Amino acid sequence: MQDFVQHLINGLSLGSIYALIALGYTMVYGILKMINFAHSDVYMVGAFAAYYVARWLGIDAQPGLPTLITLLIASMVVCSVLGLLIERLAYRPLRNSPKLNILITAIGVSLLLEYGGQVVFGADPKVFPEVMKDFVIFSAGGVELKSFDVTVLIVSLLAMLGLQFLIHKTKVGRAMRAVSSNISVASLMGVNPDRIIAFTFVIGSALAGVGSVLVGMKYPKIDPLMGMMIGLKAFVAAVLGGIGNVGGAVIGALIMGLSEEMVVGYLSSTYRDALAFGILILILIFRPAGILGKYSVEKV
Amino acid sequence: MKRLLLSLVLVLPLLAGCTKKDNVITIGEYDSMTGSEATFGLSSNKGVRLAFDEINAAGGIKGKKIDLKAMDDQGKNEEAASAVTRLITSNKVVAIIGGVASGRSKAAAPIAQSHGVPFVSPASTNPDVTKIGDYVFRVCFIDPFQGAVMSKFSSETLKIKKAAVLRDVKNDYSVGLADAFVEDFKKRGGEIVSDLSYQSGDIDFKAQLTQIRSKNPEAIYVPGYYTEVGLIAQQARQLGIKVPLMGGDGWDSDKLSEIGKEAVNGNYYSNHYTTESTEPAVTEFIKKFKAKYNETPDALAALGYDAAKILAAAIERAPDLSGKAIRDELAKTKDFAGVTGKITLNENRDAVKSAVVIQVDGKNRKYISTVAP
Repeated sequence: MQDFVQHLINGLSLGSIYALIALGYTMVYGILKMINFAHSDVYMVGAFAAYYVARWLGIDAQPGLPTLITLLIASMVVCSVLGLLIERLAYRPLRNSPKLNILITAIGVSLLLEYGGQVVFGADPKVFPEVMKDFVIFSAGGVELKSFDVTVLIVSLLAMLGLQFLIHKTKVGRAMRAVSSNISVASLMGVNPDRIIAFTFVIGSALAGVGSVLVGMKYPKIDPLMGMMIGLKAFVAAVLGGIGNVGGAVIGALIMGLSEEMVVGYLSSTYRDALAFGILILILIFRPAGILGKYSVEKV
Repeated sequence: MKRLLLSLVLVLPLLAGCTKKDNVITIGEYDSMTGSEATFGLSSNKGVRLAFDEINAAGGIKGKKIDLKAMDDQGKNEEAASAVTRLITSNKVVAIIGGVASGRSKAAAPIAQSHGVPFVSPASTNPDVTKIGDYVFRVCFIDPFQGAVMSKFSSETLKIKKAAVLRDVKNDYSVGLADAFVEDFKKRGGEIVSDLSYQSGDIDFKAQLTQIRSKNPEAIYVPGYYTEVGLIAQQARQLGIKVPLMGGDGWDSDKLSEIGKEAVNGNYYSNHYTTESTEPAVTEFIKKFKAKYNETPDALAALGYDAAKILAAAIERAPDLSGKAIRDELAKTKDFAGVTGKITLNENRDAVKSAVVIQVDGKNRKYISTVAP
């Protein structure tokens, strides 16, 4: 029983990390109907931005709230600018081309960031600065709840609620939904689609920045390829929850984290990655729209 | 005229190559200078360079200077293979000092073997590496020995009866050590309560560790590389696992403490040499290394140094610079007084020598004991 509860905590904690990244995939998909495969590499750049800023300011060995906030801001700013640049330089020129071209471009941008990252940052892993001290919040019967686990879960839930609010209750959100349902009609109604799409990229990338600092805090090893696997898993999580659906991304990610944890805990760790993609295949066969997604009929 | 010029342009570099070849001996080296095992490659490379600089300063081999061509394999098998192909076909090296990681050596050594170029690995401990062929050598001990060393140490010194194993299934080295440990530990009457795996590149190991925790082992054998072991140690301590972790020479890097912080302290691993040794060969080497690089050499640097020195000695003894002649002399290496001990290459082209057990203590490495083969 004790182990099961521990697995549950570990799984939720892993799932909430996937959730932070899955939100970025789902947002861009929701607006543009494209999968931004470079998203997880923006997250990687965010981690390195925080690493270099911490070293530059000399706060890499001073854990505490000021360090956390500084690094969060640094990482979010760098990620937003990068997201904006990618959108402007790689995706906007292709806005009216076939979906496949945009998809291939996204993969290209992703590879560029991964291998460019190896050139710029070096391929050897770096140690993320100590941002906060991890402490026990709650302990019972050998099961411990740590502050990092709770922080990541709360941040991803807050991000989800924040996004829901932004999309459904604000003027920008209404414009986003308009662009999502039909770009040309939205622009006829006085919405500037370029600006809204750029805004979507900024929010999504800033979330990746938040994710990178939180993950770096929990797993203090960063390298230029760190986004690869976590990005794929988060993408599967977004599809599982219903891509384009903000709540679905979080639910999908938590399910992914929990099932991975249980598979490793009770079966074998070799099935860990196979499971993620097994889930993807099953979802695509039996419920292609995902758990919370709605079927949409395309009119021809 | 045009054709004459063109042929001159084509032929000149060849001529230049010939004249250059007369007064230098080109030796190739490839290693992981970047990538997830970068500190191994960088250290080994520093050791090799130190050895050749010394030899060159003393007049070189057979009156010729050594020209070292070093290449980076980025910790990838395919890069290792292409680096060795380039070294042999375009740099025309007479011998190769090979990769540190066993996986990289397995990818590259067959190429050296098929071209008849002697290949000396400083630190590839997987048994299969030298089975590739009679041109492949190594100056380190092999995994079954290293795994058995920790098994012997844990049951005799730490008096451990129940151990758990956490191995990196993607890594030949880790699997080899784990198998050897399990076999030897059972032979000594110990019990393996849990034998789990992870994959290099993973960052979350809590599922495995939670399962291990429920089996209450007295020690956990984690024969992986420092990158993952640092995280594993941290997560083990977070889950309240207090028993010692044990590993092999893949732990030997300063990054282990950087990543694992205080969680790695007090844990044990087997290694090739200790900086606390008072042997003159070791103290002399440490002094020279510190003077050149301003840092304390780790085991990989010592092995790189030994590999280079053994190769140089074999070339010096060889009647000519052919691959066959150098190979035959390498095979005759006996009682070579290296930094990592007295090195004799046996009929399998493996070094036979003892290992040391080290305890991690912050950035320091405490010498615990020596285990003979």
